[in-house]
Order: sequence, then structure tokens, then C-alpha cells
Amino acid sequence: MGVYLNIVASGLLTGLVYGLAALGLSVIFGVVRVVNFAHGEMMVIGMYGAVVLAGWPGIDPLLAVPLIAALLFVIGYALQRGVINAFVTRPEHMQFILLVGFALMIANGLLMIFGPDARSTNVAYGFESFEVGPLLLDKARVYAAGTAVLTTLALFGFFRYTRPGKAIRACADNQLGAKVVGLDVDGLYALTFGIGAACVGVAGCLMALVVDVRSQLAPEYTLLSFIIVIIGGLGSLAGALLGGVLIGVSEALAGFFLLPSMKSMFSYALLILVLVLRPQGLLGKRA
Amino acid sequence: MTDLLVVEELAKRFRGLQAVKDVSFAVPEQRIVALIGPNGAGKTTTFNLIAGALSADAGRVRLAGRDLLGLRPDQVCGAGIARTFQLVKPFAELSVEDNVLVGALHRRRHVADARAHARAVIELVALGPLRQRRAASLTLPDRKRLELAKALATEPRILLLDEVMAGLRPTETDRMVGVLRALNRDTGMAILLIEHVMRAVMALSDHVIVLDQGEKISEGAPEAVVRDPRVIACYLGPEAVA
Amino acid sequence: MRPEPSTTPSASPFAGLPRRGALLLALCGGLLLAAPAVVDAYLLSVLTLVLWLAYTGQAWNVMMGFAGQLSLGHTLYVGLAAYASGVLFVYFGIGPWLGVWLAIVIAALAGGCIGALGFRFGIKGVYFALLTIAFAEFTRIAFDHFGWVGGSAGFFLPVAQRTSNDLLDLRGTPVMFYYVILALTAAALLLCRALLKSRLGYYWLAIREDQEAAQAVGIDVFRYKLIAVVISAALTAPAGVFYAFFYNNMYPEQIFAISRSIEIILGAIVGGIGTLFGPILGAFILTPLGELVTAGIEQAGIDVPGAKQLVYGGLMVLIVVFLPDGIWPWLARRLRLDGRDGEPRS
Repeated sequence: MGVYLNIVASGLLTGLVYGLAALGLSVIFGVVRVVNFAHGEMMVIGMYGAVVLAGWPGIDPLLAVPLIAALLFVIGYALQRGVINAFVTRPEHMQFILLVGFALMIANGLLMIFGPDARSTNVAYGFESFEVGPLLLDKARVYAAGTAVLTTLALFGFFRYTRPGKAIRACADNQLGAKVVGLDVDGLYALTFGIGAACVGVAGCLMALVVDVRSQLAPEYTLLSFIIVIIGGLGSLAGALLGGVLIGVSEALAGFFLLPSMKSMFSYALLILVLVLRPQGLLGKRA
Repeated sequence: MTDLLVVEELAKRFRGLQAVKDVSFAVPEQRIVALIGPNGAGKTTTFNLIAGALSADAGRVRLAGRDLLGLRPDQVCGAGIARTFQLVKPFAELSVEDNVLVGALHRRRHVADARAHARAVIELVALGPLRQRRAASLTLPDRKRLELAKALATEPRILLLDEVMAGLRPTETDRMVGVLRALNRDTGMAILLIEHVMRAVMALSDHVIVLDQGEKISEGAPEAVVRDPRVIACYLGPEAVA
Repeated sequence: MRPEPSTTPSASPFAGLPRRGALLLALCGGLLLAAPAVVDAYLLSVLTLVLWLAYTGQAWNVMMGFAGQLSLGHTLYVGLAAYASGVLFVYFGIGPWLGVWLAIVIAALAGGCIGALGFRFGIKGVYFALLTIAFAEFTRIAFDHFGWVGGSAGFFLPVAQRTSNDLLDLRGTPVMFYYVILALTAAALLLCRALLKSRLGYYWLAIREDQEAAQAVGIDVFRYKLIAVVISAALTAPAGVFYAFFYNNMYPEQIFAISRSIEIILGAIVGGIGTLFGPILGAFILTPLGELVTAGIEQAGIDVPGAKQLVYGGLMVLIVVFLPDGIWPWLARRLRLDGRDGEPRS
């Protein structure tokens, strides 16, 4: 029994970080309606960022979060404002080509800089755990999950209570209406993309606490984020977290009961089912 | 004159709004019938229900005795109804000829045969000189004629025209009226048209049906309908009748 | 803004190519036929790869360019076909010319399932693309654990003697393989040209332009989209069979990988989606470019994997920003070839 609980707990914690990554995608996809196929690659930038900062300057990834967030925000903002904005109204396959192009450039750029070998952040508490009753929780995972939740709450507050946040939600609901009332839609789109990128960058930074970093992981994370967003429901922040936890837990269980290498299979099967049966996801609104 | 298209007790609700309520009318063979009414009366919704683009909540639609409700739009076309769209929908990147060709291919499997028919239809609507032009580069009146040609090419028994005069200047309107009248006279094509342009309604229709807020409030010969106090009231308000 | 041509050539089925186009085509064809006699083994292998990518890109183009359905998991059909024909050969002694038919059926069924599922439930755009990825990835992992065909360790055909040509079993010299893929590519070109000028082709164009308007003129959109997917999948199958017998091995991680799906469609994108010659031109530009980049990097003494892909990525971005229709339409205009090359779009 204890084994299962541990697996579920571990999956849950990882899932919260996945959820944060998916949140970034949900924000981008839901507001700007751009298919960000470079999402996983942005996450990997965050991961490598954490590795670099943990290395020579010796900054713990948890403390590096604001720096990584700022870096990815700038990247996202610039990309959207500079190039992607023109593609918001273009057909999806064009967006896809643009963003896959960026993804290839980012992933291979990182590969060229850091090489194909796995890197890790090597934190001091990397092998320690908390004992909570029958559970043995990795400290790193707990910290990562906790930060993910905090970031999500901050995001939630931003969209609910701040002016730019509400403006972004207005854009998402009704783009024309937003323009009519004088909102700077282009600027808001860029802001949104920056925020989404920052989210996934932070998720990457946190993920670097838990897994080894290789640029080849990027496409998997892109797909995972899409799966979570679709399952959890587009446009729902809570849905992204819920979806993340769901995927985290089911992957952990699938990895245990089947084979670890088969765990993604379950996620893909789930994606197909959801696309077919309930495309709006668990908590999303009808697209 | 037998009835070609029969609509009985058609109804459609959109969440809170009863868009079409208990609407019944008929289009006789070889006649031109106009469907008029203020904005929001449910005219295009009625068209969409007949054409299969929307599913009806209640009622019956029959074409030459054949039940149409529940059929897909392409099946409705197969039954013999061709429709145009209020906001014209040409196949933008294709040439005018290829646009009409797509319509002609509905009944003619052989591409060469269909192309010949398409060319004939293009001549009918006087679009011949623009045959090779890309549809996206056409002016609005020409696009409207293209829309008509596309629909005609499917060799329908009845044409459903949705505000085909909208946006046209008076001379262009007269031209279009001429084309439609010739079509009806020479081929016996039945036409059901939604129109706001009264000039065209008076010139074309044998029979007029008036919808307001989803219900039929009047029908009859054009001259009679425009003098019907109920019709005047729905357009201009009850004060106009008093 | 690029100046938009306001005239479109009528795609009459009886119109031949304009003189210039026919001559150019003949010239290219002649060069390709004569190639093995003049180029070295390395260049021949590059050309073979180019033609393979041209062929698969063309097959993908049928679905995307003609019917407007974005498939990002197209390598699924390559993999299924490769395994099907490989298994038939190794376990049952059935040669590739028979095996390809089973491969085609399997690929067509797979495509049909995905298409039916997607279209029946109204899954469009990016969701449909994700659906195709999900199926490809699911299959990849499944085959990783499929012991009977080797699982992740791979499946192998007996390595051929490269000296004698056995066309029946596709065992032979690189030159033989080159001509096989050349013939396949030429056949694909002819087939696509015929499709474009047929009723099917026009219906696909209409669906791509405006589905609602297509329905209004009597086109059963579901049916024709499904046909596009099935034909596209079936057409991809021979490429899988070729792959199996040319490389004599297949690993799920490689043959079902999403990077291969991207590789397949890259040529079509760069060359021009929806055009007849786009995928071929694209393949001819990309692969040599990739080889040049790799060679250049090696020359410079830098040993970094990833440079080629980075250039591909950059090229994708440049093309989609500056030449979204692809290189072929631009080139055709430059060379004044926009006669009846079988492209209703100029």
C-alpha cells in the first residue's frame, strides 16, 4: 500500500510542475490562439538556465526562478511582438511551420551549446526526502511542486485582480470588442506570450531539480503540455493543473504497473479519447 | 400549378430565442417567391433550415414530395435545391470557370462535360469575359453573379437566393433582376429569394411572404402585401398605420 | 506585398505543358536518368534520399495541399508499411512486390481510421494534427515493445549482396535502388497530376477553399476528406517498403519518430504546399543544403551535432515569413512557367 501511495504522491508532485508548463500553453493558446509548438523547447531553455545558474554562480534553481521567468518572458514577448503576431490570423499550418522552425532552432542551438550529454543541477538536497507518515517524498520534488503552486496562484491573482490581467481575459473573450474599447491588443498578445513563456520556463527550471536535462526532451514536453491542456480544458487555469496532476499520476502508475517505457502510451491514448469524446476537456468551455 | 417546395410548421429555437416559429409556405413550380421581413425576422434561418445547414426543432420540408429535413447540405443539393449565401463564398483561389466547374461536377462526372456546362452557365450570367480571373479579384457584383452561377451549375429544381441584391447599385440590381427573370422565363426555374431591395421584390416576385420575429404575418401578391397594415406596422412601427 | 496575379490558367485536362515547362521537365528527367553514370557513390546515396523525401512529401501533399488536412504523424504509414513488408519477407518469404499490397492496405486502413475518427467528431486544425501525432507516437511506443518484430532492438532483413541485382526481391546495387525510387517518384508525379485534374481533385480544392460553400454545391465533405487521407496514406506505403529493403533495418525510435514526420513534410513546405512540383523541388533544395551544412561544419573542425537541423529550422522560419507559398510558385513565376503545369493555383 505504501508503495502505491508513494508512486501516486510522486506523480502528483511532478504533475503539478507539468501543470504549470501546461498553464503557460493554455494561456498562449487560449488568448493569442497561436499553436505554440516550441513550448517544450522553451521549457528546456528554462531547464538549461537552471543548470547554468546552479553551476558556476551556484544559484539554487528555486532562487533562480525569478531570473529564468524574466529571461523567458523577454524571449516570449520579443518573439510574439516581432514575428509571431503577423501569424495570429494565418492558417494553422503556417503557425505550425513557424513555431516548429523556432523549435528546431532553439533545440539544436541548445544542443550545439551544451552538447548531447545529460546535465543536472546537483542540488544539495537532491537525494533527501521528507517523511510524512507512510510517504517518503523527495525534497526536490516537494519544493518544485510547491513553487509551481505558488506561481500558479500568483498567475491566478494576476488574471483576476490586475488591470492587464483583466484586459488579457477580455482579449481572449472578444478580440474585436477589446479593440473597440481601446485595448492595445498587439501589446496584450505580446504580454500574454511573455507570461506563457515565463510559466513554462519556470516549470523547466523546477523540472531541472527532478530530472536530468537533455535538449532531446523538448518535443516530449511540447506534446505533454498539449495533452494536458486538451484534457484539462482550454481556457481553464484550474483545468491545466488538474490535467497536469492527472497525467503525472497516471504516468507514474502506468510506469509502475506496465513498463516505465510505456508510460507515455497511456497519455497518448487518453489524448485520443479526449479529442474524440470530450474535446472541451474536463473543465474547459466548448471551443 | 403544383407546389414544388412545401414548408410546414417549421420551427427553430436558439437557446433563449425562438428564431423561427410555425412557419408554413409553398413555392409553386416555375414561380418566383420572395421572403421579406425586417432584420432578425428569421429569413436566413429559414433558408438554413431548408438547405440542411441547421437542424430544425419541428416541422416538415418537402421538395416534389420528398422529405428534406435531416439531410446534410450536400444531400439537399442532390435533391435539387441550390442556395447562395448572404456573404458570398467563392472559392477564392480558383478561377471563375473552375468555381462554376465545381458546381457543374455535381451532376456531371466527366470533367470535360462539366466544364462545357460550366461555360454555358457562365455565359448565362454574363460572366464570360471574366472566365479566367481569380475569384478573389472580382468586384462584389461580379462575385454575386459567380455565386449565382455556382448554384445554377448544380442543375437545381429551385434556387434559394439570400439577399443577392445587397450592396448592388440600381443599375446592377436591374441587371441581376433581368438575369433572374430570363432564367425563370426560359428554363422555368423556381426561385425563392430573401430580399430587402423592394425594387427587386416588386419586379420579380409572383408571390411574397412576410416574416416578422420568426412568424409569418402576411402573404400574397406583391402589390397587396406592401399595402397590408400589418406589414407596414412591422417595418415602420404601429404609429405609421394609425 | 507580393503582387498577386489576377489571372489563373484554366486547368483544362487536355492542355499540355507549355513548351518551356515541357523542355525543363525533360531536361531534369534526362539528368536524373543519367545520374548514376556520372556521379559517385556518395552523391548517388544523397540523390536516392532526395527522391525518397520527394516521393513521401508528394504523398503527404495530397492530404495537406489538396484537401487541407494537416498530418503531422505521417511517418506512421512509412513505419507500418516497412514493418508489414519486412515481416512478410523475413517470416513468410513473400517478396516486396507482393508485400507492398499488404502494406498499402494496412496504411490505408490506418489512415482511414484516423480520418474517420477525426472527421466524424469534427476534429479540425491543430487538434487534428495532434491526433495524428498521438497515433504515431502511440504506435512508436507500441512497436518498441512488440517482441515479434524485434521491439526496440529493431527488425532486420538479411543483408543483401550488393553486387547482383535481384529486382524481384529488391536485393541489389545502390544503382538499382536509385532507379526504383526514381520510377516511384515519377509515378507519384503522374498520379498527382491526374488527381488534380479529376473530379476528385476539384472537389478537394473546393473543400480546401471553403467547406461550407463546397457542401452547398453538393460535395459530401466527410467522404472526400476521408478519401484524401486514405489515398495519401496508401501512397506513402511504397516509401516504407522501399525503406525496409534499402536500409534492411528499422527501429521504432527512428521510423516512427516525429522528427521523421517533420523531415517528410519539410520538403513540401519549402517547395510549396498544394503544388505539383513543390515537394520535389523542396526535397532537392533541402537535402543537398543539409549535406552542405554538415560538410561545412566538419570542414571548420567543429564537431557539433545539430547544426543541420538548426539551419533547417531557420529556413522554415524564413520561408514561412517571406515566401509562404513556397519556392516553386515564386520560381515558376520567375521562369514564366505558370502555364498548365497542373496547378489550378498559380
